[in-house]
Amino acid sequence: MKRVLLVGNPNVGKSVIFTRLAGIYVVASNYPGTTVEFTKGYMHLGDERVEIIDVPGTYSLEPTSKAEEVAVEMIKDIGEEGVIVNVVDATNLERNLNLTLQLIKKRVPMVIILNIWDETRHIGIDIDHKRLAKILGIPVVPTCGITGEGIKELVRRIPEAETSNYDYEEGERWHEIGNITSEIQRVRHRHHTFLEKLADASIHPATGIPMAILIIAFAFLIIRTIGETLISHLFDPIFNNLWTPIVSSLSKIIGPGLLHDILIGELIEGEIDYVESLGLLTTGLYVPLAMVLPYVFSFYLILSFIEDAGYLPRLGVLVDTVMHRLGIHGLAIIPMFLGLGCNVPGALATRILETERERFIAATMMAIAVPCMAQIAMIFGLVGPHGTRPIFYVFFTLFIVWVLLGIVMNRFISGESPEIFVEIPPYRIPHPMALFTKVRVRVVSFLTEAVPWVLIGVVIVNILYVTRIISFLGRVLAPIITGLLGLPSEAVAALIIGFLRKDVAVGMLSPLDLTTEQLVTASIVLTMYFPCVATFTVLLKELGLKDMARAALIMIITALTIGTLLHLIFTIF
Amino acid sequence: MISLSDLKAGEDAVVASIKGGRGMIRKLESLGIRPGGRLKKISSQLMGGPVVVQVGNTQVAIGFGMARRILVKKI
Repeated sequence: MKRVLLVGNPNVGKSVIFTRLAGIYVVASNYPGTTVEFTKGYMHLGDERVEIIDVPGTYSLEPTSKAEEVAVEMIKDIGEEGVIVNVVDATNLERNLNLTLQLIKKRVPMVIILNIWDETRHIGIDIDHKRLAKILGIPVVPTCGITGEGIKELVRRIPEAETSNYDYEEGERWHEIGNITSEIQRVRHRHHTFLEKLADASIHPATGIPMAILIIAFAFLIIRTIGETLISHLFDPIFNNLWTPIVSSLSKIIGPGLLHDILIGELIEGEIDYVESLGLLTTGLYVPLAMVLPYVFSFYLILSFIEDAGYLPRLGVLVDTVMHRLGIHGLAIIPMFLGLGCNVPGALATRILETERERFIAATMMAIAVPCMAQIAMIFGLVGPHGTRPIFYVFFTLFIVWVLLGIVMNRFISGESPEIFVEIPPYRIPHPMALFTKVRVRVVSFLTEAVPWVLIGVVIVNILYVTRIISFLGRVLAPIITGLLGLPSEAVAALIIGFLRKDVAVGMLSPLDLTTEQLVTASIVLTMYFPCVATFTVLLKELGLKDMARAALIMIITALTIGTLLHLIFTIF
Repeated sequence: MISLSDLKAGEDAVVASIKGGRGMIRKLESLGIRPGGRLKKISSQLMGGPVVVQVGNTQVAIGFGMARRILVKKI
């Protein structure tokens, strides 16, 4: 079968074009390296079904990173009927043509698309694309992936792909590029736009650091406000006014017994308590939908905006010096931020780091000290009623642990951590449709991937209670849980369920009548001691068995040490 | 000739030479930083943080150690 490869520099919009052509959504952001693994899809060219592949971005055919190696391998194995669609960022012609000229020497049928075409007009660049087509002897199509402009034309022209016979001396490549660009491109002189001034200001330390603090504080304020508003004005009323009557009458119909325990759970003082009842139709639905989903939605709304605007790499540059003391460079801020949403994409995003050492350090730091939004929401829900101060203790402790882990691992783990070297994309105003789709995809993936685990978790809790395994384990582990951490032995149930879902686990602390100090300790230990099963699976794949075992050891030791320390501190003061 | 780390923010320069291995030269070249190429320094961070330069229409952040090994001529 015919195969189409989308090849181009990082951050030129390949994933957006892929989504347009194949109709499969792949996450695209405004920073290089969003696609770390290739995605395959299918499209129709006339009556023919062809395979289309979103290749990770590469600057040249002499690979300098793992993602680039993948790209170069794929181009090598393109096959007899393969076609390369070279995605070029029209606003960066010179740098992009460097790859184009290297691709041409592969003598494979090619089509060039000049993407981000709409922006060239704004920044005063005129490109004669017909002339480029004539010089290279291959079709050239201007496109704008985000709006879909030029995509139809692209589909029409892919079958017209040509093998270029343009030739040049290898050593003269940049000279050649210079000749081509000066022939086809006119740059009009213009003043700095507002976004460009903002871009420069956000990367100067004097203005950038205050801006970073403001942006992050503001982001979290909005996330909390949207989350809380949705809960108190939408989800809580829905559950209390519409769902409660239904489940209550169902509870009466079923009557006491095992079925009641599993579906409705335990009635607290004769009433349904959505957090404590622990039934499939009560806690199993309320926790993921009414407590977690609103925060997941508001977090992804803000994160996606910040991503698509192009802010994260700038933040990476600002924090780079500090991050180097932790054995990772500034770009590692990206997996950490993604991890705040869900540790699974966070673990995958560690691939933007170059060496195994950096990836290990970043993944371990994230898995231990970065709570996911599901867990954060539950901590807000449970610790929040005790005041802002205990919430601050939880996150401040996690932050300190995050820093200390980095310092310690940087000292003791061998290998090298290279310096930051990354393209900083221009600021772009996120396109509303693209933003909407991205948030929708992320929320849907939360619903389809997290909710089943929550339900399984609830069933398992019931089984563990009925079979008395919980009370048995509680007795066995009492020296650790009560002795070291100062928690009641029943907290063991939360620790077990924490392997499945951290949000349910935090919720299970609710019926234990913990003091504020115990809640703080338990929330922190639950974050750190081990990742949930979904994160664990991904980490195992990313790190391999040996490194995962090492990371797990660090997790358990850290959780016990910090938990014991907190217990001590709280007992003394 | 001065190193890129000593160039001041806002100054334009031409890259004179890169003191580094093949890997580093290739990495820099792929983003358009090569002997004879023009660039403009946008910013540097405190305490040996990365240097940001503008090359063509692209901005690139370069670690301090790497920036020190890029020699440039002010223009």
